[in-house]
Amino acid sequence: MDLIAQLEAEQIASLGKTIPDFKAGDTVRVGYKVTEGTRTRVQNYEGVVIGRKGGATLSASFTVRKISFGEGVERVFPLYSTNIDSIEVVRRGRVRRAKLYYLRDRRGKSARIAEVTNYKPKAE
Amino acid sequence: MLRSGVIAKKLGMTRLFLEDGKQVPVTVLQLDNLQVVAQRTTERDGYTAVQLGAGAAKAKRTTAAMRGHFAKANVAPKRKIAEFRVSPENLIEVGAEISAAHYAEGQFVDIAGTSIGKGFAGAMKRHNFGGLRASHGVSISHRSHGSTGQCQDPGKVFKGKKMAGHLGAVRVTTQNIQVVRTDADRGLIMVKGSVPGNKGGWVTIKDAVKKPLPKDLPLPAALKSAAGAASAAEAPAEGGEA
Repeated sequence: MDLIAQLEAEQIASLGKTIPDFKAGDTVRVGYKVTEGTRTRVQNYEGVVIGRKGGATLSASFTVRKISFGEGVERVFPLYSTNIDSIEVVRRGRVRRAKLYYLRDRRGKSARIAEVTNYKPKAE
Repeated sequence: MLRSGVIAKKLGMTRLFLEDGKQVPVTVLQLDNLQVVAQRTTERDGYTAVQLGAGAAKAKRTTAAMRGHFAKANVAPKRKIAEFRVSPENLIEVGAEISAAHYAEGQFVDIAGTSIGKGFAGAMKRHNFGGLRASHGVSISHRSHGSTGQCQDPGKVFKGKKMAGHLGAVRVTTQNIQVVRTDADRGLIMVKGSVPGNKGGWVTIKDAVKKPLPKDLPLPAALKSAAGAASAAEAPAEGGEA
């Protein structure tokens, strides 16, 4: 392991984040810390994960898409950001692709994702 | 109050997540066996400086002359050598090893290295020219530099005209880079943003010439053996003169 990878691994450990097991197609609720003036509060953002990148590295991120007031909105979150308060998996989706960019061209019924009924958590 | 700089190896880039939610892109620089190899003094050389060496070279592949030079200082052969001008009171003993605590977190430094070589590059890449149009009769020369001058008078292309040519692989100094974190145990210095050169390349770090120095810098340098005691004792003696 080179020193950069080692430094990143140490930082992941020191951040002490518990990242739930989720992948593209899952619906997640992200609690994101927002600072307004002096006080901070947690804002929830719920939508479908359309892709994860960066694997297990420190620079990993994921994209969450939702339809807000009839307009598609995508937000990219750094996985290990200290601004993320919580990540909660709301629904597990069954998809056959790692990146669900095709959802951008779909609306309504055709943009649905089937739910996984037999989800088993990965053995630790 | 000119203080010695250091020679460091560029390891690569990563990021730091800070408590307040900010992310800082950092370049990780490593001090690898950084020792003083020689001193330049006013009596002998007419100026004062320290010669530092970093890295490890095989004795077999070091020239006899350099082997003698290293033997005189009683240090192992070094891969990279550089000289830093210092004021006479900041001369460091030969053989002393400099630690990463030499720089304070939050301080600004100037970093010089050899930029990544780009080979023979066109005018658009080398001088940020705009190129020619995509259509309206332009053929084959979309990325050309265009006109290089006037007509029969002056009848020549002026010297220094920006044209295609070799780009990169020159010594570049980036000023006012902030030190974000230092790790004296492993000899690491993390600075904000990028630094000239490839991964594994050698760079020299100096205190920024355009920013005031922090008050509590270790003088003449943060040394590995007496890292804690020396810096604490000497810090209040001399301070923000520059």
